[in-house]
Amino acid sequence: MTTSDGFISIRHVNKFFGSFQAIEDVSMNIGQGEFFSLLGASGCGKTTLLRMLAGFESTSSGEIYIDGQPTSDVPPHHRPVNMVFQSYAIFPHLNVRDNIAYGLRKQKLPKAKRDEMVEEMLELIKLPGYGQRKATELSGGQRQRIALARALILRPKVLLLDEPLGALDKQLREQMQLELRALQRQVGITFVFVTHDQEEALTLSDRIAVMSGGKVLQVDTPAGLYETPKTREVASFIGNMNFFQGTVRRNGAAMGAVETEGLGHIPVPLDQLTKPDGAPVQVALRPEKFELSPTRPEGALHAVEGRLSNAAYLGERSHYYVSIAGKDQPIAVSTQNLGRMTGAPDISGDAPMWLSWAPEAIVILDADETG
Amino acid sequence: MADTSLSQTEARSAPAAPPRVGRIAGILHRNETLRGYLLMSPTMLIMTIGILVPFLILLVMSFWTREGFGFDTTLTAHNYTRVWNEPIFGALLQRSFWISGVATVVTVALCYPMAYYVAFHVHRNKMMWIILMTLPFWTSYLLRVFAWKVILGYQGVINSGLMSVGVIEAPLEFLLYSQTAVIITLAHAWAAFAILPLYVSLEKIDKSLLEAATDLGDGPMARFFRITLPLSMPGIIAATFLIFIPTTGDYITPALLGGPDGAMIGNFIQLQFGAINNWPMGATLSIVLMLWISAIALVFLFVTRKAQERIA
Repeated sequence: MTTSDGFISIRHVNKFFGSFQAIEDVSMNIGQGEFFSLLGASGCGKTTLLRMLAGFESTSSGEIYIDGQPTSDVPPHHRPVNMVFQSYAIFPHLNVRDNIAYGLRKQKLPKAKRDEMVEEMLELIKLPGYGQRKATELSGGQRQRIALARALILRPKVLLLDEPLGALDKQLREQMQLELRALQRQVGITFVFVTHDQEEALTLSDRIAVMSGGKVLQVDTPAGLYETPKTREVASFIGNMNFFQGTVRRNGAAMGAVETEGLGHIPVPLDQLTKPDGAPVQVALRPEKFELSPTRPEGALHAVEGRLSNAAYLGERSHYYVSIAGKDQPIAVSTQNLGRMTGAPDISGDAPMWLSWAPEAIVILDADETG
Repeated sequence: MADTSLSQTEARSAPAAPPRVGRIAGILHRNETLRGYLLMSPTMLIMTIGILVPFLILLVMSFWTREGFGFDTTLTAHNYTRVWNEPIFGALLQRSFWISGVATVVTVALCYPMAYYVAFHVHRNKMMWIILMTLPFWTSYLLRVFAWKVILGYQGVINSGLMSVGVIEAPLEFLLYSQTAVIITLAHAWAAFAILPLYVSLEKIDKSLLEAATDLGDGPMARFFRITLPLSMPGIIAATFLIFIPTTGDYITPALLGGPDGAMIGNFIQLQFGAINNWPMGATLSIVLMLWISAIALVFLFVTRKAQERIA
């Protein structure tokens, strides 16, 4: 088995807790210096996978290679990885300096050198002069930074982060996201980041693995996941998505076509169309890919008439729900409020609304009984 | 018509607003300190009558002297100079601190692993384990002391057992009526007072701190000495005080199991108030014992704090 195809290489890993399978045949590669996120709802196995990388959980079968070395027999305190815990796990009986220097003891450094490294770290996390503070006197954001410094000072090959921003309020979280990303570029260490927040994962990551029920659904770049999801589950987990039932109608031209509920016979890019003629598929379109206009837009390849059934004003955007003939559920449409709005538009009138879209925005997914 | 009905509802709703409370309840509601003192007052009353007053009597009496069957109530430090000058008192104090010190160390050292096990490795029925560990304390202290007499005796369980297996030919005499017997019995008798505070302090330790220490490169031993032990120090200190202070003055166990070598200061104080009938001397010895315990406790606290800082 080759292990050179990833800095971290996870090979057919399974994990059972009693009869419960927490991880089901997970394989993936994570590159050196990559910011890699494990994204999923709680209980999807992402934290278990992270704890397996750290060595706190063993694999039931399969193998994890870090920098080419198998890790099954390596206890957590000998692994070249360090972790930032969800609760930060700052040692309450030590001050900030001793917390950060905790892992250095093994290296038997002279005290001056050690203090210098701690000072460097405090600079890096923008808390200079905090060395003598007690751990109990720190705010949530400060604890988070110290947990980060404590792990980074050991120059691990991989830094594992278990929802480190989950306990922070929204503003601080957004600020820390940017800092974390900048820090990762600065130190160049591979980050494996666990989160249930899709926006956070999209903001931070080079690549994301979407997990559900112990399985990896898709590994891709943020744009890849958003624009070309492989399954309905991924499509609806990241952002919002409109789904339509459809049937493939190939016609040999540059564009394929799908007979779609409510939208009729519509063209789709050929590279999306892998199914044979007559196969049932799902057509997926993001809300913001629609264009909304009161009259039929000129020059649009395809447009459909509907009626506005609901609307919500969200500041930078507005959400509209448009009912069309031939489809039970209204279509969600999201538009940017470029001009100044005077509130949600009047939805009482039944003025017709026209929906149009670019064929390239369409994603074709396998047919799915639950849809 | 519409106007009248409106004013009626208004009139009805007005008195229903904030329900008024009595004046005392109102004062209590506003004054948290007063509420605290009120809650403490029954205990404070008992403490004052049961501890402070007797202590003051003891303190005054320690400056009296015996005169025949009564007291000479002129205040003098005569008893204190005697305690300072006559070697018997110092020797007894020293022995008491030695015996109860060893008993305390043995008890805490033996109970720590038990508390550790229940805190970290028992996940179901923790309460049952705690109850099982305190089960021996459901019998009277005196009965347990007598039970040890049976076990440690000249023809007791240990001696006859070892003799019948042939390990020893004559009974081990150091077992009963010795300091060893007193230490063993005290260590057993006070175990619950060590297990409970140790358990509470270990149980409180956040498990992710242990994982963090492991993650940062500590093996099990380093982790124990750098995280678990310092964080359970409050429990160790509490257990040490809870055992050391009462056992130093204990007189039942040394009286029944100690023999001449195992007599402690408590026995001597009891003699002063009993057979010797020198109450002022007994009072002086009690005060001296208290002062010594306070001094030792302060030194102990200081040393543990320094040690904690150094481990970190």
